[in-house]
Amino acid sequence: MSFFDNYQFFCVLILILLPSLLLGILEQPLKWYSTAATILFTALAFFSKPEQAAYLILFFIIELTVVKGYMALRVSRDRNVRVYRLALFLSILPLILSKLAGLWGESIFAFLGISYLTFRCAQIIIETYDGLITEMSVFDFTAFVLFFPSLSSGPIDRSRRFLEDLNSIRPRREYLALAGEGIFKILLGLIYKLILASVFFKGMGMVDGARTWYYVIFYAYCYGFYLFFDFAGYSLMAVGTSYLLGIRTPDNFRRPFQSIDIQEFWDRWHITLSHWFRDFLFSRFMIQSIRKKRFKNRLNAACAGFLVNMLVMGLWHGVTPSYILYGLYHGVLLAATEWYKKKSTFYKNHRQKRWYRFLSWLITLQLVIFGFYIFSGKFVWLLGLS
Amino acid sequence: MKETLFEILERICENDIVKSNPDIDLFETDLMDSLGFAELLADIEDELGILIAPSEVDRSTFNTPNRILTYLETRSAS
Repeated sequence: MSFFDNYQFFCVLILILLPSLLLGILEQPLKWYSTAATILFTALAFFSKPEQAAYLILFFIIELTVVKGYMALRVSRDRNVRVYRLALFLSILPLILSKLAGLWGESIFAFLGISYLTFRCAQIIIETYDGLITEMSVFDFTAFVLFFPSLSSGPIDRSRRFLEDLNSIRPRREYLALAGEGIFKILLGLIYKLILASVFFKGMGMVDGARTWYYVIFYAYCYGFYLFFDFAGYSLMAVGTSYLLGIRTPDNFRRPFQSIDIQEFWDRWHITLSHWFRDFLFSRFMIQSIRKKRFKNRLNAACAGFLVNMLVMGLWHGVTPSYILYGLYHGVLLAATEWYKKKSTFYKNHRQKRWYRFLSWLITLQLVIFGFYIFSGKFVWLLGLS
Repeated sequence: MKETLFEILERICENDIVKSNPDIDLFETDLMDSLGFAELLADIEDELGILIAPSEVDRSTFNTPNRILTYLETRSAS
């Protein structure tokens, strides 16, 4: 059983959410119930896939051991960089193995959600090193890492934020407002995913395989909107479901096609992923670069930071030419935007004007759609490289 | 502390409005971006000796000169 895309899932979901609604209204703790639901859904999702289930269990044991072990070492060894790097490496090792094995057509640690689960575990290690997390019970770790609404494809929550929600009880009025918002999000997500995404998917099918330029453009637009409605629809349902369980999972999309420039786009598209990379990779790379004076000036450091950041993000999606190209493409665009904003007097003089904002929006939209076209794998195909 | 912080902010934002209007939202006004934020954390550590992790603060509440100052004051008091 997969998540948020079949009747079986939705039927179980409704059955599971009704008691939680009751518990929420009665101002009872939801943590035990929601974690039991997580275990149930995980079991249902992996029941028919024993190999995936075995990898998930192995993955979970490795991550739990690394997290618990590192928390103990953080106390005895303090901010020891070597120990920290080793722990961080071990926490992402299963994901690396899974991606590398994929290159040779093998499957190691290939189970639903590994990419997203790795983010949650790695950030616990990083924040433990930072001193922001000092302890986490096995129960809390399980509830956070496997939380079923966002198990398969995010959004990527932060453990401190999540556990604060999990371990608190909302007053009835507040819970009802949250639950109402959640139901709205689930319904909107259904419209996005089941209706709008399907329409654009049909559009893609109409011109699939055509190499004439206007068909290619039509395909790229359809794919871009399909990707948005499909993923944003899923995310809305995941967020809405978590609201009913008393967890305010962060939103993943905020009208991305309105963006005036590429930097703003990444603040609106797959937000929890890009903010994860911003907080746990880009900012740290930048601070280190400033410290070690790796670059001539801070602008160069930022440009390098964007490139590294987006390349890793591309690799995270998959070790394929299309994803790597997609990452580099956005890295170059972000770096160019940063450079342009800092250096251009034209930008500084006109950026508030209506015509400038319109033009900037129009150009950004084309760049974004072209990026999706690369992401779809069709660009590499069009070039005859696949 | 206040003076040092405001000097840092003025240098990063390249604008002295951070001093005259310390309740201005640095991110919404584009005075500060991801690069500026990283510089801010590096400079706060170097000049004030307070180590702030990038994921420690929420940019929707760590967003004005005054709020950053308040945060630093609570951090240095603890």
